[in-house]
Amino acid sequence: MTFWNEEIETMPADELKKLQLKLLKNQIINVYSHSAFYRKRMDDANVRPEDIKTLDDLRKLPFMYKTDLRDNYPDKLFMLPYQDLVRVHVSSGTTGKPTVVGYTRNDLDNWAESLARGMTSFGMGKNDMLENSHGYGLFTGGLGVHAAGEKIGATVLPTSTGNTNRQIELMLDLPVTTLAGTPSYIFHIADICDQKGVDIRRDTKVRMAIAGGEPWSESMRKKLQDRTGIRIHNCYGASEMSGPMFLECSEQQGLHVWADLCLIEILDQNGEPCKDGERGEMVVTMLKKEAFPLIRYRIGDISRLNWDKCACGRTHPRLDRLSGRTDDMLVVRGINVFPSQIEAVIGEMPFLSAFYHITLNNVNYMDSMVIETELNEEHLTDDMITLSKYRSELSSRLKEVLNIKADIKLVLPGTLQRFEGKSSHVTDNRSWD
Amino acid sequence: MLKKNIIKQLSIFVNNEPGSLASIALVLKECGINLKAFNIAESSGFGVLRAIADDPEGACRVLRERNIVVKQTDVIAVSVEDQPGGLFRIANIMGDAKINIEYAYAYTGRNGPSIFLRVDDPEAAAAAVKRAGMVCLSQKDI
Repeated sequence: MTFWNEEIETMPADELKKLQLKLLKNQIINVYSHSAFYRKRMDDANVRPEDIKTLDDLRKLPFMYKTDLRDNYPDKLFMLPYQDLVRVHVSSGTTGKPTVVGYTRNDLDNWAESLARGMTSFGMGKNDMLENSHGYGLFTGGLGVHAAGEKIGATVLPTSTGNTNRQIELMLDLPVTTLAGTPSYIFHIADICDQKGVDIRRDTKVRMAIAGGEPWSESMRKKLQDRTGIRIHNCYGASEMSGPMFLECSEQQGLHVWADLCLIEILDQNGEPCKDGERGEMVVTMLKKEAFPLIRYRIGDISRLNWDKCACGRTHPRLDRLSGRTDDMLVVRGINVFPSQIEAVIGEMPFLSAFYHITLNNVNYMDSMVIETELNEEHLTDDMITLSKYRSELSSRLKEVLNIKADIKLVLPGTLQRFEGKSSHVTDNRSWD
Repeated sequence: MLKKNIIKQLSIFVNNEPGSLASIALVLKECGINLKAFNIAESSGFGVLRAIADDPEGACRVLRERNIVVKQTDVIAVSVEDQPGGLFRIANIMGDAKINIEYAYAYTGRNGPSIFLRVDDPEAAAAAVKRAGMVCLSQKDI
């Protein structure tokens, strides 16, 4: 077994926890003195940095919420001025306003360090060529995976998203050994390879993949691995944390969450800590972030954590596959979508009533989203040209805001059910079995 | 004066679901509404039954009472010759008059064949038809 940072990765759990406490204390002092936002929140909760004496004291600290990111748009959460930052990424927020995350040089290094350990843990190294089909740009996936790939000395092929034919052509022509992308996109590549008569085992050198950014299942992994011979390693992260952060090792028994970078609590419905191995709401504290603080952040994912030492020799806790959300966030083709964002766009359109319904399907694990929305009485017309103009206006605005293509179905006034509740806006027919 | 050349078409809106045309047709039957001509157009979420009825005003009222979404749309009806070139003649008149045809459908009644036209400017279209020596039908001619 090769390690990227053997000393840290195999440190006994009790030592790791001591290290976590030390890092936590430092980070709380740092955040208290540099983040006006979190300082106020601590003052309001009557907590001072010196109150953090044990890891359990973490629970005295107030939570951060997604709404805090929105309310502090664009950069009011930053702990350092722009002259100390080397990059910002922007991801879509819950309504209209996106989330802007800033990075210092050290933040970028820690991010790449986290993924570099993960890549090494399933056998990637300098002999590998990584075809990275995550989107490059404001989205964190592309550049995040790219930097880590270079850090471990692999050769990175920055294909970014789309143009599947070219992605496959490069897999055939270059010694690509590893893919990175969303699980459904890797599935799609496998489908197109089948159509073109490309046998991944015979015709390419691709044997490993990193897949993340959207829900998928163990059975989907098994099918894809059996079909392509590619070992696929789950990846977890979020732009608030930096980007994609944690990977599964060659054992494929959960994601190694580096305890010196990130402290994940799993809480039950009453906010009490779950026992080791029990499912609950994930609460994330980043221990070394310099630009963008993340303390007890209610990230909204549900999973479980297991501190048992992995067969690979790593001692850090392992995070299971996510098993749901605490809010109504949807992940569609790897993009986070909140119904409230769609609602806000619909509200901008004078020809629509406020009612809508979202239906999600996945054929061959490829997501599609249908948005049904009601025309209002006044704008109802039998003129198909006007109707298609309405549709394309809504569709292009949704593309702008969500960065995703949706099928728009305009329906007649009074058609959609009038619900009070939130979740009834969505029918999710997707299955990853 | 040209107003008499405007014919009120019913635009009956129906969501795209199996059986919805049948349910509209049943209401038409129950309300004693006879259609002289119609066509069906489809959008992504709903269809439109465009229909010519004897008494559009009355038909609209009874359909609305039955909770059917209906609007009235101005169209014109132009008599055409029952021979090759009939469509060309009317289309050419509209083209020369720079009038845009949104949709059209044919009908044969007691006064011979005619074409219903939905155009961007029905009054100008009717005037152009008259200038060319053709006849626009009025509601009572249908």
